[in-house]
Amino acid sequence: MTSGRATSMSDREPAVGADTLLTVDNVEVIYDEVILVLRGMSLIVPRGEVVALLGSNGAGKSTTLKAITGLLPTEHGAVTEGTVTFDGADITRAEPAERVRRGIALVMEGRRVFEHLTVHENLVAGAYTRGAAADFDRVYGFLPRLAGLRGRVAGYLSGGEQQMLAIGRALMSDPRLLLLDEPSLGLAPLLVDEMFDIVRRLNTDLGLTALLVEQNARRALAVAHRGYVMESGRIVLAGTAAELADNPDVKEFYLGLGEAGGRRSYRDVKHYKRRKRWL
Amino acid sequence: MSQFVQLTVYGLANGAVLALAALGFVLIYKATSVINFAQGELLLVGAYLFYTAFVLLRLPFAVAVLVGVAAAAVLGVGIERVILRPLIGEDPIAVIMVTIGLAAVLKAVVTMFFGTTPREMPKVLPAGTATVAGATVPLDRLVAVAVAVVVLAAFTVFFRWSRHGVAMRAVADDQQAALVQGISVRRIFALAWAFAAVSALIAGLLLADIAELSQNLGTFGLVVFPVVILGGLDSVPGTIIGGAVIGLVSQYAEGMSAGASQVAPYVVLVLILLLRPYGLFGQPRIERV
Ligand SMILES: Nc1ncnc2c1ncn2[C@@H]1O[C@H](COP(=O)(O)OP(=O)(O)O)[C@@H](O)[C@H]1O
Ligand SMILES: [Mg+2]
Repeated sequence: MTSGRATSMSDREPAVGADTLLTVDNVEVIYDEVILVLRGMSLIVPRGEVVALLGSNGAGKSTTLKAITGLLPTEHGAVTEGTVTFDGADITRAEPAERVRRGIALVMEGRRVFEHLTVHENLVAGAYTRGAAADFDRVYGFLPRLAGLRGRVAGYLSGGEQQMLAIGRALMSDPRLLLLDEPSLGLAPLLVDEMFDIVRRLNTDLGLTALLVEQNARRALAVAHRGYVMESGRIVLAGTAAELADNPDVKEFYLGLGEAGGRRSYRDVKHYKRRKRWL
Repeated sequence: MSQFVQLTVYGLANGAVLALAALGFVLIYKATSVINFAQGELLLVGAYLFYTAFVLLRLPFAVAVLVGVAAAAVLGVGIERVILRPLIGEDPIAVIMVTIGLAAVLKAVVTMFFGTTPREMPKVLPAGTATVAGATVPLDRLVAVAVAVVVLAAFTVFFRWSRHGVAMRAVADDQQAALVQGISVRRIFALAWAFAAVSALIAGLLLADIAELSQNLGTFGLVVFPVVILGGLDSVPGTIIGGAVIGLVSQYAEGMSAGASQVAPYVVLVLILLLRPYGLFGQPRIERV
């Protein structure tokens, strides 16, 4: 089913089957009818796992998430080829709201909380598709810090608090698959730790399946079961988290480690990148 | 003293009707970012919709109100669906031009069916007078204020506590983020227009009753602009205060010199904008690092 261009490093690379929650198959995305951003993009998210999607700025990670959540039309973009399948149903052209009702939630890049709404009202908005079934206690229980901020206006929260709210808001729709777009971006180191711990607990405590987009490869691979590396709009590497963390190219580009295990300068990495392109 | 009380009651009644009329404008602007220059004409059409149901079709008052409200809601949704939705993403100036065109069309349709001479409408608000603080004031103004207060309170409750009201404010804040929550932005746009048309109908009905049912109702809509700019364009409480301030100041000015009520709203507007560029209650963009 995949385009076969990606380098798989594992024979345990999952095949599409009953245990697959999300399949992105050979997807092409074009913005403004001319800008080709994704090409032959394929990935699988098995039920119950955390999958990391790594790649540098502009690789097409957010675009992939927009294709999964149905946001592309709001940016003059479209899936022009391939399919997105969630839990056995083809959702390639479904409305965003239908995807939410099916169980997909997105924590957007840059947090994007409703700034003029209170914390609680943000959660109310997140629970829009749930009606009377909205379970606030579950989310306040999972993120106790939010409970203390309930009445605060979201725009005035700190970055870490906003990120937590963005996750809590996404949880309100009671999703089965949570997509997270660079949740640690721009946070202080201590908060980055907390954020990755929350991602881990989403999986272990709430049993959620997650697709985690990150530039912080080391931290992402520490919480993920498996991962993909994206470059220029398609997958170039796939494998279990351990395999990726061990892969010399990943070490080189995303973990900033040379073969000797020491830190390389950015200039070296850039030079190496020019020399040895995957494409 | 008694003249002051009278002017206050007249001013509050005008202010209440203005706030209702402006509410629709604010809802549309807040949810859809469209500046609706046809708000006054929605008032006009609303009043004639009620007139049609109540006088021409001879429906009982309560039924006529319900029919009018339903027709206004359908009209609002229809305008959004047919005229505004295809323009989503277009230049705001182009959209403004379209709403100006819409105003002309709505006015023309009313003229076509009802002509330009004022229509007789039986009074629906009580006709007597009451004594307030030693002054004799017409009952209909007091009831108009009460009706507006109830309607505005109902909207406020809706926005604060109902799921759809919160969703509407979420759309106003960030459309893409709202979509991701499963909120149908299209449905919220339709809802905003329906509410705008309904609140305009109520305002038009009150105004037709305390003044007269004629084309002038549309002109009254012009005063909506000082009210909403004063209130900050996107704030419901701001709209209420804005309506009251403009209504009162106009009446007091009129009390001092006949005709002054025509310019007073704009003088107040300029003065307040000099002090507060976002209006009294406008939301400044939240900036934090
Ligand atoms: N709305 C858009 N219109 C046109 N090009 C876009 C749009 N969004 C993203 N792109 C382009 O698509 C590429 C991938 O972007 P994105 O998916 O945001 O990457 P990432 O999230 O991996 O940083 C970039 O080159 C970016 O400039
Ligand atoms: Mg991105």
